[in-house]
Amino acid sequence: MKVEAKMAMNTDSHSKPNTGADLLVKALIQEKVDTLFGYPGGAVLPIYDAIYRAGDGFEHILTRHEQGAIHAAEGYARVSGKPGVVIATSGPGATNLITGIADAMMDSLPLVIFTGQVASNVIGTDAFQEADVMGITTPITKHNYQVQSISDLPRIVREAFHIASTGRPGPVVVDIPKNISSGPAEEEYESTFYLPGYQPNLKPNPLQVKKLEDALAKAKKPVLLTGAGIIHGNASEELKEFAHHHGIPVTNTLLGLGGYPGNDELFLGMAGMHGTYAANMALYECDLLINIGSRFDDRLTGKLEHFAPNATVAHVDIDPAEIGKNITTHIPIVADSKEALKVLQKHDVESTNHGDWLRHLQEYKQEYPLWYNNPDEKMVPQWLMEKVHEATNGDAVVTTDVGQHQMWAAQYYTFNEPNRWVTSGGLGTMGFGFPAAIGAYLANPEKASVAVVGDGGFQMTMQELSILQEKRYPVKVVIVNNEALGMVRQWQEKFYEERYSESLLHTQPDFVKLSESYNVNALKIESQQHLEEVLPELMQNDEPVVLDCRVLQQENVYPMIAPGKGLHEMIGVKPT
Amino acid sequence: MKRIITATVQNRSGVLNRITGLLQKRQFNIESISVGRTETEGISKMTFVVDVEDFQKLEQLTKQLNKQVDVLKVSDITEKAIVARELALIKVGSNAQQRSEIQGIIEPFRADVIDVSKESLTVQATGKSEKVEALIELLRPYGIKELARTGLTAFQRGQQPQVADLPSSYSLLQ
Repeated sequence: MKVEAKMAMNTDSHSKPNTGADLLVKALIQEKVDTLFGYPGGAVLPIYDAIYRAGDGFEHILTRHEQGAIHAAEGYARVSGKPGVVIATSGPGATNLITGIADAMMDSLPLVIFTGQVASNVIGTDAFQEADVMGITTPITKHNYQVQSISDLPRIVREAFHIASTGRPGPVVVDIPKNISSGPAEEEYESTFYLPGYQPNLKPNPLQVKKLEDALAKAKKPVLLTGAGIIHGNASEELKEFAHHHGIPVTNTLLGLGGYPGNDELFLGMAGMHGTYAANMALYECDLLINIGSRFDDRLTGKLEHFAPNATVAHVDIDPAEIGKNITTHIPIVADSKEALKVLQKHDVESTNHGDWLRHLQEYKQEYPLWYNNPDEKMVPQWLMEKVHEATNGDAVVTTDVGQHQMWAAQYYTFNEPNRWVTSGGLGTMGFGFPAAIGAYLANPEKASVAVVGDGGFQMTMQELSILQEKRYPVKVVIVNNEALGMVRQWQEKFYEERYSESLLHTQPDFVKLSESYNVNALKIESQQHLEEVLPELMQNDEPVVLDCRVLQQENVYPMIAPGKGLHEMIGVKPT
Repeated sequence: MKRIITATVQNRSGVLNRITGLLQKRQFNIESISVGRTETEGISKMTFVVDVEDFQKLEQLTKQLNKQVDVLKVSDITEKAIVARELALIKVGSNAQQRSEIQGIIEPFRADVIDVSKESLTVQATGKSEKVEALIELLRPYGIKELARTGLTAFQRGQQPQVADLPSSYSLLQ
């Protein structure tokens, strides 16, 4: 006999919370949470019971693995700007979240994660499904809590949402012992909070702003490097105004893509290891580098001694600890990106004419554009990305895993708007893209949600096809299938004399049959012609689809800064 | 270079773990750490002695500590006028004849004998780390059977010199 979930009893049980879990649900409603990603288990039974009794208040997305839940929540957070909320049980439920927590920490994504914990009186006794969640998550969270008393719960939830979503966003874990979630609750507890040790600074220091303005007035070769801070700060418009007002060329980090329109004349393309020649040379040759909201990651800077060697470096960041961490900074500005740009825009600074500098960079752009060879019949991945862009009018939300396909998506799916690009940058997590696309869809159902994934990464979280089967979300999965861990294979080819150690995935499931078993439409595509025939319709319709795109296997990502080299030492800048 | 850093923290569960974990994750060498309650309920003070390469690393350290939600204030007090003390318990092998000899050694250090047995005595010494170390060296020939040190604890003197010389790479950044 099939067990059916009974209809939620539509009582007013939540006007009178009677357990800790009811308090939690009430607190989530107060935080205006409408979507939860999670997976039940023993220690969160009381919480799931309270969710059940709460009825239609939430959309709960039951993923098939906790890692899927947290990556979906990351996708949701990246696109909506609101905290993604995750629930998992104690022990293995919590440890299955670890990759996602670390990922969100590296990429500054606001998450509030509730983990069940064994009852307080057995914590520390190696009880069934016990894990030291506080100990494990401390180094990979912005903050974490273990709830010690029911009366603390409402305050802790409010603090958790506040900490996750303000300042530099990040993941916050709330570990809830089972006796707290099942224990009796009074109707009201005090939930006001005061965090004297957490007061993010938003307004820029006027003295430092003046220094930047003076530097700008003198600069002959300025460049703007912007990161995800522009997107978190919702400062795209201000950035565009500022760049155009002074005629400053702009480059983005990987995570900053979309923060500045990719089709703008002042845009140089992405910078970094697989960035454009023009962008990297601009960073190398500039005399004033204005970094807004990026953290000088090693994949961006290349060898530090060759990074902007002749530049005055100004760095605007909401996190003071990022300023001066990797690069000596002359003008430090601790502020929210939008606030800083507003102040800069308010003062009418005379900047010099950068015509020569812009013309010089324009020459680089024309001389060294991104390139690939395109045989007639076979699909090359770069071409595939351009076609996905066309078929979605460049307006989809695109998510990726990590590796070659990620770089191709970054290079060839030009992003003109913020909050359209969801990728695992800092941690570089395989299996991120597909569940993130599900969360991204829920955050913005108006836009097509396209998961560009590798054949390796997809196999790490493909069980989430169940969600598409159940909910029919029109998520479009584009598998860039080169039967390899492409980036690993590329490095083995270039730096390990073609010893392809464990990087070739010639044995793989039939992705079409697999998807069909989940009742999700799927196609195997091997030629350009086939793709062009089907793609526009499949990208626009309201059904999920999995496209197993067989691309040229030996294709590599270029141009490239080899490990240990400087920005000016790019290889593969010209067609071969 | 050795620096003395103090941190005022909210005494919430996990705060010590978070801070020591942070220092370990970012590869800072802690020479000593001492923690205890302060005059305000719920607030504790930590004193670290750390060995850092340069001022850039030092700035990273204080910024990373400051970033923690439960950390209220971080100060590098190395170059301030401070009172700094640590306590050491030193169990030294000694017979009856040596006792008065040892007494003579520890007296200028204003240390006390707080326990005596047939074969040993225990000295309690308080002071700056250099003083404690000097005493330990003098006692070493008698055979140190056990040694326990609390690590340094310190704060600023009530009166500070009017003009403080800031190191050249000092940053005004919080």
